[in-house]
Amino acid sequence: MNAELNRKTAIKEVLPTAFGYIGIGIAFGIVSKAAGLSALQAGLMSLIAYGGSAQFIIVSMLLVHSPIISIITAAFLVNSRMILMSLVTAKYFKNDSMLHNILIGSLLTDESFALAMNKLNYTNNKLNFAWFDTANWFAYFVWFFSSVLGALVGNFIENPTNLGIDFALVAMFIGLLYLQMISDKSLKLSLQLLVVVATFILVYLGLIFIPSNLLIIIITLLGCAVGMVLKHVFF
Amino acid sequence: MSSFNYVLFTIIGCGFAMWLSKVLPFILLKKFSLPAIVIEYLSFVPIVIMSALWFSQLFTQHLGRLPGINYENLLASLPTLISTIISKNLLITVIVGIISLALIRMVI
Repeated sequence: MNAELNRKTAIKEVLPTAFGYIGIGIAFGIVSKAAGLSALQAGLMSLIAYGGSAQFIIVSMLLVHSPIISIITAAFLVNSRMILMSLVTAKYFKNDSMLHNILIGSLLTDESFALAMNKLNYTNNKLNFAWFDTANWFAYFVWFFSSVLGALVGNFIENPTNLGIDFALVAMFIGLLYLQMISDKSLKLSLQLLVVVATFILVYLGLIFIPSNLLIIIITLLGCAVGMVLKHVFF
Repeated sequence: MSSFNYVLFTIIGCGFAMWLSKVLPFILLKKFSLPAIVIEYLSFVPIVIMSALWFSQLFTQHLGRLPGINYENLLASLPTLISTIISKNLLITVIVGIISLALIRMVI
């Protein structure tokens, strides 16, 4: 990663995340197909209800003919962590036009957010529209095409999650987390380590009684609070 | 309602709800500023969310009981973490991760 914030750099930096998108996108297509959706419907969902894990939940609820309102509620809850990521990202675009703000927000994902947070450490804490917009559109198209591809070839190929591709996203978060921790100078490394350990404990305990569609958002809200307390008491 | 419309309306409804949670913060923050304490709180979001997304994949959930361990992901996380520490490169990390899990699945 470097300090440049142009479209070319964005393509280069978003590329490693594409592995995750392709594998999971194809898996989503296959799952949709198996649940009785057409390639058109799978593609439309990736375009309109763009949101990774939420889409898998939508498909599983469509399969059992859940009422539309409960599917919308579940999708919103799974996706609610995006509210926090948008809040964090928005402050870097305060001086951009409203249209640019809406475009960045519309295509924001876990991956482009994590990538951008890393990028900040190389750019003197700045982001711009050209870089973020390119990273977002690249991810959006890769996700769309791989989900359509998955739905089209669903009957003929093995689900890529059997081959290890499903680990691409987890590996990406491991990499981004580590790079974030060693390069973020605004928080002490020892404090960050403590917060990560606290998050591990929260996840373990949370899994006992928090339904999976609420897990990430609740853990994040609690984890940030723990971080605040640790920072003020010990640092 | 036809099956096609059922799927279509679900997609549109979900899309709108998901879009709002991503876009509203941008619109609101264009008009208002957050208090310093909220900004400080939000400064923990990146590492907490990335850790949570990783750690949640290391377990299998059984509501009401202790979570089980997902040994495949746990084992694959080790070489992945080591490769990221050595290389500091995202692409290498992702490739090592995929190969690690594929190898683990072949053995187990």
